[in-house]
Amino acid sequence: MTHMFESALIQPGTVVNLSRRFVLKGLAAAGTLVIGTSFLPAPARAASAWKTGADLMTGGTVNNPHVFIAIDPSGIVTILASRTEMGTGIRTSLPMVVADEMEADWSRVRVEQAPGDNIKYGNQDTDGSRSVRHFFWPMRQCGAAMRMMLEQAAAARWEIDVTSVRAQNHEVVNLVTSEVVGYGALAKAASALPVPPVEALRYKDPRDFRYIGTGAIQIVDLRDITMGKATYGLDAKMPGMKFAVIAHPPVVGGKVVSYDASETLKVPGVEKVVVLETPPFPLAFQQLGGVAVIARNTGSAIKGRDKLKVVWDDGPNASYDSVAYRAQMEESVTKPGLVVRDDGDAEGALKSAAKVISATYYLPHLAHASMEPPTATAHVADGKCVAYVSCQWPGDCQADVAKTLGIPREDVTIYPLLMGGAFGRKSCYDYVIEAALLSKATGQPIKVVWTREDDLQHDTYHTVSVERIDAGVDKDGKVIAWRHRTCAPSLMSTFKNDYDHQSPIELGMGVVDNPFDIPNLRCENPAAKAHVRIGWFRVVSNIPHAFAIQSMVGEIAAALGRDQRDMLLEMIGPARTLDPRTFRGVKDFWNYGDPVETWPIETGRLSRVVEIATEQIGWGRSLPKGHGLGVAGHRCFLSYIATAVEVAVDDKGNLSIPRVETAIDCGFYINPERIRALCEGGAVMGTALAKNSEMTFKNGRAQQSNFHDFLLARITEAPLKVGVHIVPADVNIPSSGVGEPPLAPFAPALCNAIFAATGKRIRNLPIGNQLAT
Amino acid sequence: MVTLHVNGQDFSYDGDPSVPLLWVLRDELGLTGTKFGCGIGLCGACTVHIDGAAARSCLLTAEQASGKEVVTIEGLDPSGNGNHPVQVAWRETGAPQCGYCHAGQIMNAAALLAKTPKPSQEEILAAQNGNICRCGCYQRINEAIILASAGV
Repeated sequence: MTHMFESALIQPGTVVNLSRRFVLKGLAAAGTLVIGTSFLPAPARAASAWKTGADLMTGGTVNNPHVFIAIDPSGIVTILASRTEMGTGIRTSLPMVVADEMEADWSRVRVEQAPGDNIKYGNQDTDGSRSVRHFFWPMRQCGAAMRMMLEQAAAARWEIDVTSVRAQNHEVVNLVTSEVVGYGALAKAASALPVPPVEALRYKDPRDFRYIGTGAIQIVDLRDITMGKATYGLDAKMPGMKFAVIAHPPVVGGKVVSYDASETLKVPGVEKVVVLETPPFPLAFQQLGGVAVIARNTGSAIKGRDKLKVVWDDGPNASYDSVAYRAQMEESVTKPGLVVRDDGDAEGALKSAAKVISATYYLPHLAHASMEPPTATAHVADGKCVAYVSCQWPGDCQADVAKTLGIPREDVTIYPLLMGGAFGRKSCYDYVIEAALLSKATGQPIKVVWTREDDLQHDTYHTVSVERIDAGVDKDGKVIAWRHRTCAPSLMSTFKNDYDHQSPIELGMGVVDNPFDIPNLRCENPAAKAHVRIGWFRVVSNIPHAFAIQSMVGEIAAALGRDQRDMLLEMIGPARTLDPRTFRGVKDFWNYGDPVETWPIETGRLSRVVEIATEQIGWGRSLPKGHGLGVAGHRCFLSYIATAVEVAVDDKGNLSIPRVETAIDCGFYINPERIRALCEGGAVMGTALAKNSEMTFKNGRAQQSNFHDFLLARITEAPLKVGVHIVPADVNIPSSGVGEPPLAPFAPALCNAIFAATGKRIRNLPIGNQLAT
Repeated sequence: MVTLHVNGQDFSYDGDPSVPLLWVLRDELGLTGTKFGCGIGLCGACTVHIDGAAARSCLLTAEQASGKEVVTIEGLDPSGNGNHPVQVAWRETGAPQCGYCHAGQIMNAAALLAKTPKPSQEEILAAQNGNICRCGCYQRINEAIILASAGV
């Protein structure tokens, strides 16, 4: 018989496993690390083969093999993953680039997760589909430098010229004698050599890649996941750890006026309560405030919170009512707004058009609802903080925790664990700040657990939006005018007070960068004030923008009696390269933070994915009664993606999705197997937001609380036949991104298919019971 | 004091017996393979086997689980090698993305196959309908269960 509470804290294979994350430093200290930090030159900054915006981000990129690679004498190669894993496979893909380029044998490679430190590892903000885009070349450079150092060491050992040796598959071959020497035996000598400068690096011929582009490598955590051994943020363990559940202000920005914890403290297992202060707006990534209940286990903490009586001052958002707010936004788009693009004369062209087609679209707030709610475990002691986190931004988290605690950044150690989903929510690390503050207040290691109710009711929500589009068509059926009014509270309001217009970031997600071949194109942005925290939700403002724009293409086609695909291809127009900075009225064009010179808009690539997706679904084929096909194509996060959907709607209005075909052009890619997985998943997440999901607010309070009223897609309603087609690209075509895009085209493609099947046009999401007959 | 029989081992728990089994497994026994998703039996992330049948460990108190045979993902393959046919099929299909809900998905599927070794497509979907995957791995989850039922 084991006494569980004690045994839990020293559970073999858990604390020990986590400490393996220290392996590089630990090995270096023991003198067995042959490629180690002790002979680290000044970190070499990456000069990537394609120019990115990475250097505009804290830490930029790092391409130093000493930082990322360790080889032990047995030949085991350890590669650091500096970007965090939320389900995209990046923890596998980037180390795979290093391994391939250095000719390491993947079966002898171990991946370790880097702690949070933007300066040492380069920027760690794992979002925006940026990881491969910004780090493919730095990782390739790490691998190439390492391979060349190993070759140099082997040549010295054999006393022959380096041109007479070749690294291949974890060993170096003497081309003169055919002798071989393993990487383990060479590591010590190799480590003493200078790192070759970037301009001297010789890269592998891409035709010789063993892993990159093959899709043959499975994610490194796969076996552990199937065995329940993979360690997620919620699974962190620290000796003496206590569990905290927090009563957050029901209205964002609210404060505790008074509380009565007398019943709470009677709950068995509850140990104490701690008040968390509510900071003034803007909240950014700070804690929300409230009352924390600390207990010996999460279940007791939840029971304690249920008994807590708190009097709140709800603050300035107490009157937020999402029904009234929607009406206000719908009113706003009937009037002119701030002009954010103004090509030609859209007003004049609309007046002279033979036909004007107008529609208004609505998309509600959405919650991220990652299956693992936000969580962090922190221990603050002796002026230092150690935290295990489920976090997309471990580097910024390190800096902000330090600032909150008033200690140097170097005294905060952040260990990112696997995230059980994130979708943008875990870029905001308010729950890590909570754990640090509670540990500081109690002196104990504290795990903060957000319940599902906390997650849904205190999210950094997807914005709510109303989009109105007016399209003018001339007598020949050509679209000559396009006026798009987009109204939505901005995510920048989370960081800056009185930020009432969409930022260039949001406007650059499909609105001002609209690639259509229309001479008179005007975009307007009426003001909208935020009353909840707005954050990033997978593919962000592309969701409402693509929904409106791609639905409107379907509406124009219907009004003109045209085929929807043909209409879309005609509106995209001939293949050409566009620079939205040259569009009249566009200011501070964002381009996802990356240079237009590297990633301009290439309309031919957009047309191509539309063609592929529609060909694959058999566009134009005859369909059973109640079935329909729809398509949407969109450029987002610098990738081109199109989804074609076959829908079936029965007599009662129940819809099912027998088939989905997605085509993506993301430039050069690392792991097609994960690209397929992400596109399959995008169709499911898309089904949820199109059919089911909606967050509403009354008196400033979220009205949904768990999966009975915030509905996701279950296996019985999800598309189970999703084909994915990746446009081949060689290494000279800059990688763009894959994590975000698959969600963008799904809802408009589905709604266009529903129109084809039923003649009913869905303009308001979610569909809910709108099709019921 | 509650005695729990988990993965063939006896454990004693001296805390509140009305706490859900989920939190005792995770926070007291350190068996964190079983996941928290909703706390009200709607998502299936916390699925374990109780006397051989799939059960949501968030809905069952520690006291209610006492005296019963509890198996978690850590004990699904008693050899400890992760080679239950469902686990093998899961790897064959590369089913997980973030993987967080997959312990529950696997436990649910394993219970289905124990009872119905050759389930129909409808039976698979009906059985897994209580297990939510936000990443959207359903296509491969379905494939994995079909593969496991075919005896990989």
